[in-house]
Amino acid sequence: MEINNHKIIRDTLRKSNVCMAVFGVSILLLGLMFIHASIQRRIDKPGVEQLAGLVKRLELTDLCLFTEARYTRNLSQTDLNSAFQDHPSSLEHFPAGSIAGPPAGIRRINVKLD
Amino acid sequence: MRRKAKNISLLLVYSLVVFVLGSAMFFTQAMKREASLILKEAPEMVVQRIMCGRYEPISLDYLNKIRKIRGVISADFRLWGYYYDPAAGSNYTLMVPRNKPPLRGNIIIGNGIARNRMLFREDILSFRGYNGLNHNFIVEDIMSYESELLSADLILISEEDFRDFFGLPSEVATDIVATVRNQKELITIANKISELLPDTRPIIRDEMIRTYDAVFDWRGGILIVLVSMALLSFVIFAWEKASGLSAEERREIGILKAIGWETSDVIAIKTYEGAIVSFFSFCTGLLLAYGHVFFSSAFLFAQALKGWSVLYPDFRITPYIDPYQVAVLFLLTVVPYTVATVVPSWRSAIIDPDSVMRS
Repeated sequence: MEINNHKIIRDTLRKSNVCMAVFGVSILLLGLMFIHASIQRRIDKPGVEQLAGLVKRLELTDLCLFTEARYTRNLSQTDLNSAFQDHPSSLEHFPAGSIAGPPAGIRRINVKLD
Repeated sequence: MRRKAKNISLLLVYSLVVFVLGSAMFFTQAMKREASLILKEAPEMVVQRIMCGRYEPISLDYLNKIRKIRGVISADFRLWGYYYDPAAGSNYTLMVPRNKPPLRGNIIIGNGIARNRMLFREDILSFRGYNGLNHNFIVEDIMSYESELLSADLILISEEDFRDFFGLPSEVATDIVATVRNQKELITIANKISELLPDTRPIIRDEMIRTYDAVFDWRGGILIVLVSMALLSFVIFAWEKASGLSAEERREIGILKAIGWETSDVIAIKTYEGAIVSFFSFCTGLLLAYGHVFFSSAFLFAQALKGWSVLYPDFRITPYIDPYQVAVLFLLTVVPYTVATVVPSWRSAIIDPDSVMRS
């Protein structure tokens, strides 16, 4: 009897069914990913607002992402030649320089203001 | 599943490509959003003084000149600077808060410094001042772990200590922050400041936020290297697939045609096959990328971001997914691969089945 049951299950569980099941699970997980992101954003909102409050209180201008050089620590405050100011003909040598180059948009606006 | 080993290796490589692209996409999007949300409260305008191409301490006389400009509500000076700590080999940012500064001789430190130097409240931290004398500061408080993204390397200090430590005269400050009445006039006022004080450089809040937009832009920095490498490997991968089928696959198509399958049936089944492999790989890669960026704080990217930094903030990124970018990633990966699998199948399917099987 038990052997028959196994056979029935094996016959009904066709490969296409397995494929569809995995397909369904994948879509479900993708959906859950969006839902998780949305819930986590709501959970993190007070924390982000607290950080914004700290920015306001301390009058901060930048995120603390690259602390290796003074001109990468406060990216928005650096002048345009800061990467090359250590000595004449000095080249940018900090690894952060490969990630955080001088943005073209800012350069354009600074030209107007400076 | 036929050709298990081949399809599983295909799935792995494909998922890996989507994982790299997806991680870069999630990380940059989330960081850009986080920066814009946090920095929305940054000073409206910072005015620096430029001398010999570098920014120099600004005279407090400039304060009154800026305050007199019509449309400026307030202008105040900021005191901040950098200190390289040889004991830890890291750079700190010393700053004087205008509201509730620490008492003289006391400092409030960021969690990154406390972790790096193994400091607790009431501990004494010694720094070498501009004149070579050691200054001892008592750690009054440690900023929270949650604020590391802003304060990992920050030291809050009193104005008197700051000026003593750096030897900064009382008539100068690091820069000036200004608030204006009408946001629409911000650029006009910035231009007025530039005209009135030609040796200054105003930086407006939008520029600060846009800096991070540019840093975490797809088209800039190391991300373009990452993305182009992943895309290139994907192109090679799809090209290999498009360039032809194996003898075994050709024979399989020949047999299908011999037993009565139409060319359209063969193309349809191959399309399904390609689409299923692509879709599973896309889902696996994308889910792994999500976990990597938002559950493990993008640990694979951390080394690239850290660079030579000794002090690196320990932070968790708030998830943000842009459905448009997910759709672009889907179209960039799933569609070309599926098309690449259909073309050789169609070429094999239109050949006489007898000749295919014999070859």
